[in-house]
Amino acid sequence: MKAKRIYSVTVENRSGVLSKVSGLFARRSFNIDSLAVGETDDPDVSSMTIVSSGDERTLEQIEKQLNKKLDVIKVKTFNEYQCVSRELMLMKVKYNKSNRAEIMEMCEVMKADIVDMSLHYMMIQICDTPEKIQLLINMFKSISIVEIARTGTLSLSKCMENDG
Amino acid sequence: MIGAEAIVKCLEEEGVKYVFGYPGVAICPFYNSITESKIKTVLVRTEQSAAHAASGLARISGKPGVCAVTSGPGATNIITGIATAYADSIPLIVITGQVKSDLIGSDVFQEADITGAVESFVKYSYLVKKADELPRIFKEAFHIANTGRKGPVLIDIPIDIQQAPVKSFKYPETVNLRTYKPTVKGNSAQIKKVIKELNRSARPIICIGGGVQLGGAEDLVQSFAEKHGIPFVTTMMGIGTVPTDHDLYFGMVGNNGKPYANKAMNEADVIMMVGARVADRAISQPDLITKDKVLIHIDVDPAEIGKNAVSSIPLVGDCKAIFEDLNSEEFDIDCTKWVKELKKYKKELCPVRKPDKKYVDPQGFIDILTNKLNDTAVYVADVGQNQIFSCAYVNIKDNTRFLTSGGMGTMGYSIPAALGAKLADPKRQVVCVCGDGSFQMSMMELATFRQHGVQAKIIVFNNSYLGMVREYQHYSYKDNYSMVSLDGSPDLEKLVSAYDFDYFRLENMNGLEKTIDAFIKDKKNCLLEVMIDPMDLVKQ
Repeated sequence: MKAKRIYSVTVENRSGVLSKVSGLFARRSFNIDSLAVGETDDPDVSSMTIVSSGDERTLEQIEKQLNKKLDVIKVKTFNEYQCVSRELMLMKVKYNKSNRAEIMEMCEVMKADIVDMSLHYMMIQICDTPEKIQLLINMFKSISIVEIARTGTLSLSKCMENDG
Repeated sequence: MIGAEAIVKCLEEEGVKYVFGYPGVAICPFYNSITESKIKTVLVRTEQSAAHAASGLARISGKPGVCAVTSGPGATNIITGIATAYADSIPLIVITGQVKSDLIGSDVFQEADITGAVESFVKYSYLVKKADELPRIFKEAFHIANTGRKGPVLIDIPIDIQQAPVKSFKYPETVNLRTYKPTVKGNSAQIKKVIKELNRSARPIICIGGGVQLGGAEDLVQSFAEKHGIPFVTTMMGIGTVPTDHDLYFGMVGNNGKPYANKAMNEADVIMMVGARVADRAISQPDLITKDKVLIHIDVDPAEIGKNAVSSIPLVGDCKAIFEDLNSEEFDIDCTKWVKELKKYKKELCPVRKPDKKYVDPQGFIDILTNKLNDTAVYVADVGQNQIFSCAYVNIKDNTRFLTSGGMGTMGYSIPAALGAKLADPKRQVVCVCGDGSFQMSMMELATFRQHGVQAKIIVFNNSYLGMVREYQHYSYKDNYSMVSLDGSPDLEKLVSAYDFDYFRLENMNGLEKTIDAFIKDKKNCLLEVMIDPMDLVKQ
């Protein structure tokens, strides 16, 4: 049974760590559905959010193998329901007079913003769950997408009263 | 003090006695500084051998073996040696010279991204950026290499760092790694479960892997088995842990193992896997050993548990600490009936070879040879038919050690590994057994033995073939022999005389004992060539 799992990994902020972690996935044929990296409040520590899918044994191995890496400080895993996930996407689309209003309406419904514009092109920004972002992409497919940039999923476990 | 001197000082602090290696410009500052030290340097003839020699030394001394090579081709040549050590969890410190820091990434002469290249074969690696970091890095590297699941650590040191001044040298007494805290003690609740399962069991078996020797738990595991009368088998890497004539020993498991060992595993109701990975060669169908049995998996590396077989009781920790705990627990188990059954299998399922009398029979040869070796001998087997014959027929006494490349199966391992083993403990008898294929992969190291006054006792099984592959082609490709003939091989008598070695030869079983005696007694470097039936099979 294939399942999806989110790994929130804190790592030492050193050169080569991203390649070590992504290399581990490649070497052991683990999937990476998405990967996002950034600094945390501690400049020596980076946070990686890796979304992967596979059978239960593979998903367990991923966690164990990540823990084995000496640059990995902590691995937290959760499924989609145990966390809040967001992704940021920028999307450039071509528009014309006849569909401009329709695009703006769609953006409003989807809570997306128009952040840049020229005579024939506009850039749309959306920050939402990966599913909502996919939905927006599907809606714009009929319109003419020029290019897309996505951050990959960022996740944190849901707030609990015993959160340290 | 400069970086190079600091490196030497670090090695002295760690009690390193030998460095195996091969120089080049990028490691010259280090080799310049080491002449001032008591540490002895051993020049091998190709870099891969430096890692194998360090591996042999590590496995006998229990301390990480150290090797140092230059940048670029020196570093890439040692990768196979590093991978070999990694596969068998052997602690190594591999020092590589690197081009000047500000030239890294510009593809200058002899530049290779070695930390990137070895990433999947090392436990950890460093690219040193400041000379002042050297003491901390070396302290960490030795700690990482020789604790938890052991393995090679690589330290890549640019030449300018080796030449840079070190302001004040202070070797740290402790390491502080927030990301690395291997589990030593086994979880007490899990230990209770182990006892409970063993208590319920009628047919338990202990499968001893290489981790038992690496953890220094040979005696503890053996006394645990003896106390409760639990029979045991070993994996290839587990050979040498327990005497082969032990009443409770039932051979090596796996597709090259003893049929009665595999039968014992299949019929057991509780399998206690200790320091073994459940690798494909040992357990070809992991599902079978978990289907209707309880699998107790004891390993220092949590990632090994559940990787190849789903265990019923995972127990993470150092096997020494775990068996100290297990030995202090009392429980009641009676395996007499089960052991009796296993002994019956051992008699019934013992394969009988039909050797061709024109040649030396590897079984008889290894049996007699290892009976004549003393108690503390080190037997180093290479890879190929010679390895499988060695595993099948070696006699292990109380303190015999058996070294081979198990996980990676690297041909050419035995000669340099024997060199390292002999240097680790010159008083021990060390014999190296290889095939004519593996011999030719590292025969250049005969000069290393000669140059450094290390005694070599090399046995070459000559069958004029890459026998293991030929056997595979016999069974799987209808005898279509491709790329396996070793025609053109040198006359070994002439070859070794060029290195001032004594030469012995056995054509068949006639005079076997006399020749072996003379070979063992010989004080000079020597090589014994043993003529094997070219068509011989490990699985007849």
